[in-house]
Amino acid sequence: MVSVQSLPVNPSSLTYHDLPWIVQHREDRCTLCGRCTSVCPTNSIYLTYRRQRMPKVGLTPTTPALDQRGSAYRTFMGIRQNTDLTRRCIGCGMCAMVCPNEAITPTPNPNDPRTPFINNQKGEPYTRGGRRNDRNSLLDRIAFNRISMLTDPALDAGRHEFSCNTILGRVLPPQEFLRRQAAGEWIPPTREIFPFIIGSMSFGALSPNMWLGLLQGVAYCNEVLGIPVVMCTGEGGCPPWVLKSPFLKYIVLQIASGYFGWDEIIRALPEMQCDPAAIEIKYGQGAKPGDGGLLMWFKVSKLIARLRGVPEGVDLPSPPVHQTLYSIEESVMKMIQTMSMAWNFKVPVYPKISGSTSAKSVLNNLVRNPYAGGLLIDGIDGGTGAAYNVSMDATGHPIASNLRECYLDLAAQGRQNEIPLFAAGGIGKNGNVTQNGMAMIMLGASGVHIGKYIMQAASGCLGNERNRCNVCNLGICPKGITSQNPKIYRRLNPDDVAQRVAETFMSIRTEIKKIMAPLGRSQSLPIGMSDAIAIGDKDVAERLKIKYVC
Amino acid sequence: MCRLALKTASTPFSPFTVLTAMEAMQEGYDGSGLGLLLRGLKFSDYSYQAADPILSGIAHSEAALHRLNEFMQSQGYELKYDHEFEVDFAKIEAKDRFRYFLRVYKFPKPVAKMAQEQREQAMLRLRLTLRRNGEDHGGDLTVFSFWPDVATIKEVGWPMGVGEALGLNDNRIKSRVCMAQGRQNTNYGINLYACHPFFIQGIATMTNGENTAFIPIKEWLTGVGVEGYLGYQSDSEVFAHILHYVTKVLNLPLPVYKHVITPLKTEELDKHPQGDFLKGLRNVCRRLIIDGPNAVIGTLPDETCILTMDHKKMRPATIGGKPGEWAMASEICGVDAMIPDRDRSLDFQPMRENTIVVPPHRKEFEIWSQFNPCPLIQAA
Repeated sequence: MVSVQSLPVNPSSLTYHDLPWIVQHREDRCTLCGRCTSVCPTNSIYLTYRRQRMPKVGLTPTTPALDQRGSAYRTFMGIRQNTDLTRRCIGCGMCAMVCPNEAITPTPNPNDPRTPFINNQKGEPYTRGGRRNDRNSLLDRIAFNRISMLTDPALDAGRHEFSCNTILGRVLPPQEFLRRQAAGEWIPPTREIFPFIIGSMSFGALSPNMWLGLLQGVAYCNEVLGIPVVMCTGEGGCPPWVLKSPFLKYIVLQIASGYFGWDEIIRALPEMQCDPAAIEIKYGQGAKPGDGGLLMWFKVSKLIARLRGVPEGVDLPSPPVHQTLYSIEESVMKMIQTMSMAWNFKVPVYPKISGSTSAKSVLNNLVRNPYAGGLLIDGIDGGTGAAYNVSMDATGHPIASNLRECYLDLAAQGRQNEIPLFAAGGIGKNGNVTQNGMAMIMLGASGVHIGKYIMQAASGCLGNERNRCNVCNLGICPKGITSQNPKIYRRLNPDDVAQRVAETFMSIRTEIKKIMAPLGRSQSLPIGMSDAIAIGDKDVAERLKIKYVC
Repeated sequence: MCRLALKTASTPFSPFTVLTAMEAMQEGYDGSGLGLLLRGLKFSDYSYQAADPILSGIAHSEAALHRLNEFMQSQGYELKYDHEFEVDFAKIEAKDRFRYFLRVYKFPKPVAKMAQEQREQAMLRLRLTLRRNGEDHGGDLTVFSFWPDVATIKEVGWPMGVGEALGLNDNRIKSRVCMAQGRQNTNYGINLYACHPFFIQGIATMTNGENTAFIPIKEWLTGVGVEGYLGYQSDSEVFAHILHYVTKVLNLPLPVYKHVITPLKTEELDKHPQGDFLKGLRNVCRRLIIDGPNAVIGTLPDETCILTMDHKKMRPATIGGKPGEWAMASEICGVDAMIPDRDRSLDFQPMRENTIVVPPHRKEFEIWSQFNPCPLIQAA
């Protein structure tokens, strides 16, 4: 019996079997090339030499003399898994990706991992990047079933012409439009855009290569494919060369509570060749309501520091609220007006809020604000580069009912055409991006913002809803998507990203047509066409005021 | 499938002419209803003054008829003529019809003195009040229209059968414009109010095909706060309300209707001389974009008739005729039935960008194209 004191065990001790991911290594296939260990972003695996005792026990009648008994030793080498919490396997699977012999792979622990109970070492709760880690998607369950069978020749998604674009910006009531038109008064700016928008991910959260790839892809979509995709910068500004380029028209500039990057933007104003697509004022974010943006020090590189006007290598937490302002009413009014004025009232300005039971109040406030150009509501399933786990998992409001309520509220006032509502948070979380987006559109959204999906589809982000990877906050992104370390982000080729962006939007456009055609819609995006959708869940159907089917 | 027929002629004709067109196009509908709307009326036994309002509808019981009488009296409307249909109830499918009424009233003095707009509003309100009255009493009173020089008849059944049952072939009633639609509802329940043509303040439309954008359009119109934008037992009712909204609420000229329901694409508007205005209009009227395969036939109080198509021209429609007499129908055989002695080579089938207009003088029909500028927009 070994004495208890000599066992290296404390309350936080783990074995590989306690971890969320277990590295399976096949020594018979391993060439000991070391690629897996060098690529592992968390150093959770290491090459090691081990010695195995081979006892010689002479128990048979032919056994030689006793002095021939004893131990022989075998030495073997292989990959071992770290059980240290900070160096645990995150399941990214880069080891498997680089292994020439398929000798190694992480597998999810089928047992309940113990890490959730101890990942608050030194009193610091678990923080991470990524998503909510919930595979359930209500939007995945919504089907389109008002099929035009009775009187219509079916539309042909392949050959007919479809108008799939949406309007971003304040739309006046028709009578008011005509009055202002006749009087030569100001008419709020609008943009005709593709209803799937690349959601706000900051230059800082994303690597320069990722950002460049996205921008290239977006420009290609607009200029070659004729798909008017726009992307949002997130907080943290925009590289000056982009601000002064004709590509700015594809960019929604975000201003958030830290005002990072806005020095550069204001300075670039006189040299801008065109107006940005829109200005997004971030008041909240679905993934972490109540938190401001957070860029960890690991990611504040020289470039980022210059863009944001801060020293290198410091944490950049934005405050949760716009500190200079007293209430959201005042804030919305002042900021929207200020931003509108900065671009001579020619750029739509809209706020982004966290999904919340109080979203309707914000909306009603906006309806009465003549300069508000829309409202973006970000639901609980949204993603983020860095947040507390508890914020991501358990704080926020699901997007579907939140947006639906707001839409019906506008409809009751006859104003659903005026303030376009945009939805974000969990669109395409399981890959069904067009289905999810179109369901939201039929619930009343004018468009949807997609962030995680674009990272997964366009740049090969390894994250999933099972807490795979999720280290965007640490700057060690194994694919180079969210890292500011050139050694890592060089792995990501911007041209490849651009190509994937184009492929993704081409396929979304085709799928939109495949959804619209059987519904008999082709002339306009079916915003609020709630009679076209249904779900096999009575409670949800009742809440969303759509049909229940079974 | 729905079938549409409209005839407009300088000399009043019997609605039965149009029913023959419906009969010719019989293969295309299921006999679930007939709607007729007549303008420019002439009665064989009454000298009608075109300014007097006519109330059309059905009383489903004696009590409803009494209530109607009492109500009209209480409002000060004096009955001048009560058209007696010679009804053969045995030929009517529905069994709860007591009386088809088509009555000419005289405006009470206060209403007669009102400005045109107020009087129109008063007529709309009266129709809606009667409609509600019927709905409050288990649907025993159905009112289709209340307007000068407009008569509306709707019933469930085969058009020719309904025509015969109501004795429409007796030449006692004639009109200069007659709209007819066979089959009343595409995808909702059978209901008299769901039967085309739809009517609001002198404006009437009928449609074939399905309006797939119905729910968003309906929600918008319902919320816009215009009296009379209700009902929507049929997805096609919104076509009439949009025409009303464009011409009466927005006071835009008739050619703009087409730009509202089926706007041009951005690339097309970029080249259009009024592109900026039309793009703005498309944005603000986005909810009124129709999206079905539809041919829309409409008539206005001045007896102007229009015919227009969905954006993809997915429904057929033809206009043909001769000076003083024109017919529009969803099928050519319908036009043939209404005006057989015409030069068929001059028939016209509107394309996606066209609106066909037969002005009140009926000398010729006009073909408007969305690609051409609308001269009247600036005035608006």
